[in-house]
Amino acid sequence: MVELLHNLLFDYTLRTVALGAAVLGVSSGILGAFAVLRGQSLLGDALSHAALPGVALTFLWGGTKDPLFLAMGAAISGWLGILWIQSVTRYTRVKFDTALAIVLSVFFGGGMVVLTFIQRLPTASKAGLDQFLFGQAAGMIMSDVAVMATLGGAAVALVLILWKEFKLLCFDASFGRSIGLPMVRLDLLLTTLLVVAIVIGLKTVGVILMSALIVAPGAAARQWTDRLGVMVALSAGFAVVAGVIGAALSSTAARLPTGPMIVVCLSTIVLVSLFLAPRRGIAWRWLRAQHAGRRLRMERVFADLYELSRQHEDPMHAHDLATLHAMQAHPAGVLDNLRKLEEQGWAHEVEPQRWALTDRGLEHTHELERGNRVANLGKET
Amino acid sequence: MGAFQRDILLIAATVAAACALPGVFLVLRRMAMISDAISHAILFGIALAFLVVQSVHSPLLILGAALTGVLTVALSEWLRNTRLIKQDAAIGLAFPLLFSIGVILLNRYASNVHIDIDVVLLGELAFAPFNRLIIGGVNVAPLSLAVMGGILLLNVFFIGTFYKELKLSTFDPALAAALGFAPVALHYALMALVSITAVGAFDAVGAILVVALMIAPPATAYLLTDRLPRMILLSVGVGILSAVCGFYFALWLDASISGAMALAAGFFFLLAFLLAPDKGMLAALVRNARNRWAFAETMLAIHLLQHEGQPEEAAESRVDHLYKHFRWGERFARRVVVRAERHGVLQLSEGRLRLESRGRVLAQRQLGLTPADPKARDH
Repeated sequence: MVELLHNLLFDYTLRTVALGAAVLGVSSGILGAFAVLRGQSLLGDALSHAALPGVALTFLWGGTKDPLFLAMGAAISGWLGILWIQSVTRYTRVKFDTALAIVLSVFFGGGMVVLTFIQRLPTASKAGLDQFLFGQAAGMIMSDVAVMATLGGAAVALVLILWKEFKLLCFDASFGRSIGLPMVRLDLLLTTLLVVAIVIGLKTVGVILMSALIVAPGAAARQWTDRLGVMVALSAGFAVVAGVIGAALSSTAARLPTGPMIVVCLSTIVLVSLFLAPRRGIAWRWLRAQHAGRRLRMERVFADLYELSRQHEDPMHAHDLATLHAMQAHPAGVLDNLRKLEEQGWAHEVEPQRWALTDRGLEHTHELERGNRVANLGKET
Repeated sequence: MGAFQRDILLIAATVAAACALPGVFLVLRRMAMISDAISHAILFGIALAFLVVQSVHSPLLILGAALTGVLTVALSEWLRNTRLIKQDAAIGLAFPLLFSIGVILLNRYASNVHIDIDVVLLGELAFAPFNRLIIGGVNVAPLSLAVMGGILLLNVFFIGTFYKELKLSTFDPALAAALGFAPVALHYALMALVSITAVGAFDAVGAILVVALMIAPPATAYLLTDRLPRMILLSVGVGILSAVCGFYFALWLDASISGAMALAAGFFFLLAFLLAPDKGMLAALVRNARNRWAFAETMLAIHLLQHEGQPEEAAESRVDHLYKHFRWGERFARRVVVRAERHGVLQLSEGRLRLESRGRVLAQRQLGLTPADPKARDH
């Protein structure tokens, strides 16, 4: 553990990869949060696949692996993918998901065709397929990180500048249109920024796993908050943490690819968020349901006791436990619930096996009736 | 054509047909991206099954992988049912995780055997015919042709048997549930079918092409017909056509066959998208333009009718008044007037517009003023 930290700071390769993963985390976390909110989680998947032919073609044409150059190619083909998806869904009845799947697979197929040409190149800088599909984190150098940071910084800066416009785009686009904002163009701009975030990740995680970096941080962050600013910041934070941890873990053993490790880390964060996030989390919901169930069972016994007391001249008259048993479909817990009512101070055991309402209990029944929470208490008589 | 090429073509055509069948229902049920999720996630199943049986050519591999496909769907549906995340995000979370674990497992424990991730994703159709199915010492057919043939038959059988149920639960899930057609069971059966098809096909053509062949041909067919049986047949036809064209394209380019087939499938979809009668983009543009003119003409007729015989008629019926009143450009306004005049809606004389009887009927009908309203007559 100490060694890992030491390496993270002083080992050039690991430090570069971790830095790259962190830069990627910021941009994909922020733009991914918007994508998740806009129901475009799978768009990231389609666009990252669609980037492949662009990368491969620029490489084939330019013969260079200059990251900025490849990124431009990826951005152009990703953008063409967006345009195709948008025009297909706009002009025909083909649905969004179908358009996504077609762009994803057809562009990817085109990329594969180009890759076969690349494989035949005699040049020494022949690029393996894996590099494009899964990234090549280990081969990352500081100039790569610099390019990633520049692109990512520009994208993030644009998001911050157009913050309230993008916020409106996510939550109430028609209102935005009505006050004269160019929502269609903003939509295209935000999606273009998503392409930029995807392009940044190609080197680290490759085209196939990039979708996870778009979806997972946003989905995890959504669980913790209802505020956009907090969510976007959390999303970036999660992605950075997962990126750095994933990069560090993959360096601990041979043949642990970086991209998949980052995705596993991210998924862990998502699962933890889904279970433990306050209020929304599954664990919390379960606890709340348990609590509500216990309270409901207790109140049912209380209602029975009240029912009996209404039928007696003296509301404080004590009633047999057996009677209360007979009134419940599941009599097993009646005594436990009576004891709980006793703790609450609403009922007490007057003599063994005989229970009555207390003054406070009677008061509570009035409260309940006012609150209409026991609306059908009296109906059964 | 040599036997080798014939084998490749046969395999490709069988894969295309087998993929198109369940694909039709994925497209109609708006679950196209499920094919992407399943085709990625099966890598996890393949890796796991491989670790258990230590062989690449075991039926267990197919079973394990198919199970993972269904598992992915179940996982993403469970995620969605928590209502903590939307459906698309649920799909986007479930499959990269399984895929990543699969990649890690293969990298860690199987890097010395021939089960390459490239091959799983991209497939290599060119090598498919080398693997032969040998029964009793007789070389029957390429193994993947036999496997895919079996899967194709299974798909035909399933869709043939449950045609009515599939149709109803696709177009009216609520009614299907009310009639006791068990849409959930049917849904998972369809998912199992997609998984099995994807697993069988990845060996031959790779996971990504599975998506292309499952979605693009049915989407093409969807743009050409409104009838389910015709859509199924067309999908299979377009799929086979894509496979054949892609094959020759790849031969000509000397490039990846499955990539070229995906391109061909995309090309046919592009054609349908642009040119499909009624449902293509061109038809939509023409329709929009026509509606725009017709709408302008109707608006003009209503405008003239409103002021007909009123004191302000002289001012309101001037052509240059239209620029201001409708905020029409001069060119557009003049063209609307010319078209309206040609259609006998109005008459232009000395810069004033006068409604003809045809235009009057048109405007009155739009306003619902007379019994000439076709709706009123129908009732």
